[in-house]
Amino acid sequence: MTATATEVAAPPAAEAAARRRRARRRGRTVALLFVFPALLLLGALVVYPVLFSVGRSLFDASGTRFVGGQNYTEMFRDPATLKAVRNTAIWVVVAPALLTGLGLILAVLVEKVRWATAFKLLLFMPMAVSFLAAGIIFRLAYDEDPDKGVLNAAVVGVHDAFQGSSAYPTARARDGQGLGEAAGGGYRTSTAVSPGDTVALGLVGVAPKDLPAGARPARTAAGREAAPGELRGVVYLDFTRGGGGEPGRVDPEESGLPRMTVEAVRDGRTVASTTTAADGSFRFADLADGSYTVVLPGSNFAAPYDGVSWLGPALVTPAIIGAYLWIWTGFAMVLIGAGLSTLPRDTLEAARMDGANEWQVFRRITVPLLAPVLTVVFVTLVINVMKVFDLVYVIAPGPVQEDATVLATQMWLVSFGGGNNQGLGSALGVLLLLLVIPAMVFNVRRFRGSQR
Amino acid sequence: MMRRRTTLLTGCTALALALGATACSGGGPVSAGGGDKALNGQTVTVAGVWSGSEQKNFQKVLDAFTEKTGARTRFVSTGDNVSTVVGSKIEGGNAPDVVMVPQVGVLQQFAENGWLKPLSGTTRKAVDANYATVWKDYGSVDGTLYGLYFKAAHKSTVWYSPEALDTAGVEPPKSYDEMLKAGRTVSDSGLAAFSVAGQDGWTLTDWFENVYLSQAGPEKYDALAAHELKWTDGSVVDALTTLGELFGDKRLLEGGSKGALNTDFPGSVEKVFGPEPEAGMVYEGDFVAGVAKDQFGRKIGEDANFFPFPPVDGGKAPVVSGGDAAVVLKDGKNTDAGMALLEYLATPEAAAVWAEAGGFLSPNKKVDPAAYGDDVTRTTAESLIAAGDSVRFDMSDQAPAAFGGTKGAGEWKILQDFLRDPSDPKGTAAQLEAAAAKAYKG
Repeated sequence: MTATATEVAAPPAAEAAARRRRARRRGRTVALLFVFPALLLLGALVVYPVLFSVGRSLFDASGTRFVGGQNYTEMFRDPATLKAVRNTAIWVVVAPALLTGLGLILAVLVEKVRWATAFKLLLFMPMAVSFLAAGIIFRLAYDEDPDKGVLNAAVVGVHDAFQGSSAYPTARARDGQGLGEAAGGGYRTSTAVSPGDTVALGLVGVAPKDLPAGARPARTAAGREAAPGELRGVVYLDFTRGGGGEPGRVDPEESGLPRMTVEAVRDGRTVASTTTAADGSFRFADLADGSYTVVLPGSNFAAPYDGVSWLGPALVTPAIIGAYLWIWTGFAMVLIGAGLSTLPRDTLEAARMDGANEWQVFRRITVPLLAPVLTVVFVTLVINVMKVFDLVYVIAPGPVQEDATVLATQMWLVSFGGGNNQGLGSALGVLLLLLVIPAMVFNVRRFRGSQR
Repeated sequence: MMRRRTTLLTGCTALALALGATACSGGGPVSAGGGDKALNGQTVTVAGVWSGSEQKNFQKVLDAFTEKTGARTRFVSTGDNVSTVVGSKIEGGNAPDVVMVPQVGVLQQFAENGWLKPLSGTTRKAVDANYATVWKDYGSVDGTLYGLYFKAAHKSTVWYSPEALDTAGVEPPKSYDEMLKAGRTVSDSGLAAFSVAGQDGWTLTDWFENVYLSQAGPEKYDALAAHELKWTDGSVVDALTTLGELFGDKRLLEGGSKGALNTDFPGSVEKVFGPEPEAGMVYEGDFVAGVAKDQFGRKIGEDANFFPFPPVDGGKAPVVSGGDAAVVLKDGKNTDAGMALLEYLATPEAAAVWAEAGGFLSPNKKVDPAAYGDDVTRTTAESLIAAGDSVRFDMSDQAPAAFGGTKGAGEWKILQDFLRDPSDPKGTAAQLEAAAAKAYKG
């Protein structure tokens, strides 16, 4: 009876288990069926290319000869790649940190202004500009010629407001015509002169259109005799229009150079100083006897200030990071602002009630509560910065491209931009992948943690 | 009976003619000379780098071909990277019939890939008769003629502002040393002598090639272009030293080397021919005239003129050139009509169509100089033809792109570094050799 009972009872239990197993299996099949298209897409679009790149990186440029790890050693022997690694490191360290900080500050400040939405909109606008367009805009803005680059126009404008430019930046002495170079970019007579002498100081390199208005020929002044105890002479443009003038001689048409500072120097000390007249003439009266040198100080010839060379080898990476900031600040601000608006107000109020000042509230309450959002923004930006390409490619001019290069541009240049070595390019791609993986893993982990 | 036979014969002839016509459209070559509209209903697709006014002017040539043969034509602009675009089109089964190839290296690459059809007998004969041998050589790979040079560039012209030279009182120089001397005089007059477009590496390679071709001679030039001669060779160091005399002299370069590195090619032309001239001379090919005329409204021959790049160290005056070669692809749909187009392009009348429109030089000896629109172009064309077999192709265009044609790398970058500091020609030569060895190997 019991046997029958068990016999009767057993089959349903076994059957149920079997049914359950079957159901589970069916469930799994259905799940697989549903996941299959996604898996197929992922496999075709992500896994296969990754594996292919890894494989390709073990072959040479033609793709037919297996070279093992040679591409990887080659990669780190190439100075351009090393520079790319260094620049990418700078980018990763500087850009996300700056952006997160800037975004945080702006988000907190914007919360307190009345036109918050308009302000946010304005800051967010650069996000709507493509990297290529932004690159072209900044390439122009950073241009070294103050007539083209707005940044240098500003720098030069400010500089010139405080310090005027010289009258004859292009003027220089002819070689072997009695004038030698003096300290500070000026010129001095190479032979000693003494009171009673008349000297003619010829300069060249001033275009007729650059002569100050009212400049007159120097011929007459050059012929005047010096009175006793007087040292006189002319500073003139030793060049006759159309040629024909004789170097070192004041020819009839040759103009004087007015408003030039002239100094009489004795034993290394300046004893007298004057400026030239419209015909370039000058005179030092009442000089004590002895030998002097006449000096045209460097201030006459100071080259005009030409601003900062933003796109020079030293500043090009910071300059491009600046352009990147312009685009992404809005993004960081809006994301952090969204986090800010979900903060529990009561904690902030409580802190304020307890007598905390705004700085303390910001440091001890807002930032710690915002930490999850800040990390998301930071890590997203790190991943984003690693693959920066367009800005670097567009903004950096040819001669400094190598100084600005990052891994992504280097990868493209090596594989398609002339190098045509897709083996080496794949190796660079794999390196980039390896660098991005930690940030990815971190983001996925965090994502899972927040879901739980 | 007699009558009957005649009809039969006529019938046969008609049949044969009809067959011949089909054969034409299907297989054998045709002559394009007759104006017989033999290619009615066919469409020739031509791919090339040209766009803008060049494309418009080339279209005029194609239209003349259509008028003659009845074949319709379609021009596809490939942008700068011909080899990539054409390669992908061939793979996609959509190959153009004719490609205008702008570089010798690309032509060789196409031929080695087996993409090209050897030129027909008619074209070959025309090339033999009307072109200097050098053009045939540059169009041939392993002794087979694949490319017909339709358009040429003259890259040994130094452009100057006559006003600047008059102000300084100098004449167009006859030797490199004279040129430097004239440059110093121009600089004494208050205007910088040369504006150099250092931001664009290719202008620097052209400077070097002119100096090298004249100083070391065509044989060494060819050897260096093929990388049979190492860049560390004494002749390279000599040429760099000669070039360094100019690049290193602050008085000669507008803005010094820093200013030059910050100037691109259009900028360098603007500095001489723009509204506020800052320099007296700019070296580059015949296309400088186009920029000076179209952008700055200069009248070529009056407000802008050129002198041939002067000979260096008693050598011959260099004539460095470039050009676009027409090739026929095997995979095109209307290969034979394409071949007929090439036969037409080999005729002086085709060249005359574009010559009249301007911005064009033909390497074809038979082209009447009177066909050119202005005196300066005529002079450049005559100088190119007169140079005959001593014309040499732009060396950097013959080199692998990684060495001779990449922004920020290879020869471009190294010569830019040399412009920044020309004090060590030997070191620069060593760097060039290292970069060349790497590029020619790969």
